[in-house]
Amino acid sequence: MKLPFLPNHDDSSFFDFLTQHHPALTPTGRSGFLQAQASTEPMRGAGAMSIPQATTVLAIKYQQGVVIAGDRRATEGFQIAERRIEKVFKIDEYSAMAIAGAAGPCIEMAKLFQVELEHYEKLEGVQLSCEGKANKLGQMVKANLPMVFQGLVVMPLYVGYDLKRTEGRIFKYDLAGGRYEESDYHAIGSGGKDARNTMREHFLKGLAEPDALKLALLALYNAADDDVGTGGPDLVRGIYPTAKIVNATGITDVSDQQIRGIYDGLIATRRSKEN
Amino acid sequence: MPMPYYVSPEQMMQDKAEYAKKGIAKGRSIIAIEYVNGILLVAENPSASLYKISEIYDSIAFAGAGKYSEFENLRKAGIRHADLKGFMYSREDVTARSLANGYSQSLGTIFSQELKPLEVEILVVQVGHNGQSNEMYRISFDGSIIDERTFAVIGGKSEAVQALLKEKGLTQPPELQAALTLCIAALEQIGSQKLSLESLEVAILDRTRDGRRFRRLAPADTKQLLAT
Repeated sequence: MKLPFLPNHDDSSFFDFLTQHHPALTPTGRSGFLQAQASTEPMRGAGAMSIPQATTVLAIKYQQGVVIAGDRRATEGFQIAERRIEKVFKIDEYSAMAIAGAAGPCIEMAKLFQVELEHYEKLEGVQLSCEGKANKLGQMVKANLPMVFQGLVVMPLYVGYDLKRTEGRIFKYDLAGGRYEESDYHAIGSGGKDARNTMREHFLKGLAEPDALKLALLALYNAADDDVGTGGPDLVRGIYPTAKIVNATGITDVSDQQIRGIYDGLIATRRSKEN
Repeated sequence: MPMPYYVSPEQMMQDKAEYAKKGIAKGRSIIAIEYVNGILLVAENPSASLYKISEIYDSIAFAGAGKYSEFENLRKAGIRHADLKGFMYSREDVTARSLANGYSQSLGTIFSQELKPLEVEILVVQVGHNGQSNEMYRISFDGSIIDERTFAVIGGKSEAVQALLKEKGLTQPPELQAALTLCIAALEQIGSQKLSLESLEVAILDRTRDGRRFRRLAPADTKQLLAT
């Protein structure tokens, strides 16, 4: 049935709908413009363009679910572009995603993914499975590949609570859209390696929620210690990393106050070691 | 080539309207009624999975009577329209008015240009928050659009149900429980049969919720609500 004045499409994916009917609104919609620019100036790669980059984000499984956390800094070359950027997004009631890469396209992908899942749920009357959501995100990362060659990398870390398996799950991706499930923890971004090192030392299966949260914040602290691209807790301005907890009851934000309390403890321990 | 018979435009429209009305009259009624904290939607629906009432956006809901395949298509198109608008601009820019206009245009064009009109009647309702008032639009098979207050009824015996609700002379929006009781009583009286809670599809747009305000009430929920 053709409906004048209303969108005509038969598919439950919002991303596919945009790609077919409003390509300019998709993250890759700009690539035509950028490609033209790149062909006239072949040397002008990502290094020369200054695009805000977002940095360390991580996820840790614990007994009842997953903790996902990220720092707040975005950099443009050697400059700090943004001190309060949010890198952890609630996607729906049972999942969250954190991002590393070029800030603008990253935030756009998170927003598009939120609409994608809500759209599917409303059209089909049921939510996608945890696995289905992770796969869909993989397809979106894959579609972004042309942008990667322009230097606009989008790297998500996805966590969800699987209601059927009754456990939290962590998915990481590669630039080509490859999707890999992590069994315990993972971190991505410029300080990802430092954060992973910390988690490797301290991770235990079946951690309690406060311990997992503490470990996440410690790993971010250590990443900020060694990586210039990652912001640590900013005590002067009162800016702290953000964290969310995903479990059977849904997704909850960890309050700024709670994070601040944990960091006060952490910093005091560090200080006592130095003296 | 044989000449087609001449049919006057009046005759053609009348025939189409009659055809569409006949299709809609077969369906059962759906009521949308304002209650203290939002809008309640009640439909007589023996199926537990083929819905007549649906969420469109944060504070907008849809209800369709008539041919399932046709209003299901309209519902999906509405969700796409709303999600696209919300993605392109902002969530607060998605309004029932623009959606109702889109439906009205679509139904009107199909009614006048296609051989077969759509046998549907639909409702688009939006719950107002932050002091805004609710909006309820009833759109007919020919694209005519009616802005309703207090309550709106679509489907087979909509006029009878409407008259019955009007008799009650609601001045203030009732509590949710009272509104639900009223709707069930009206549907039972018109259908002259007792309705089980399993054969009702009930949903609310609750303005006290944040974000997505649409919520379905399962038979267990309605039972609990009516018992209190």
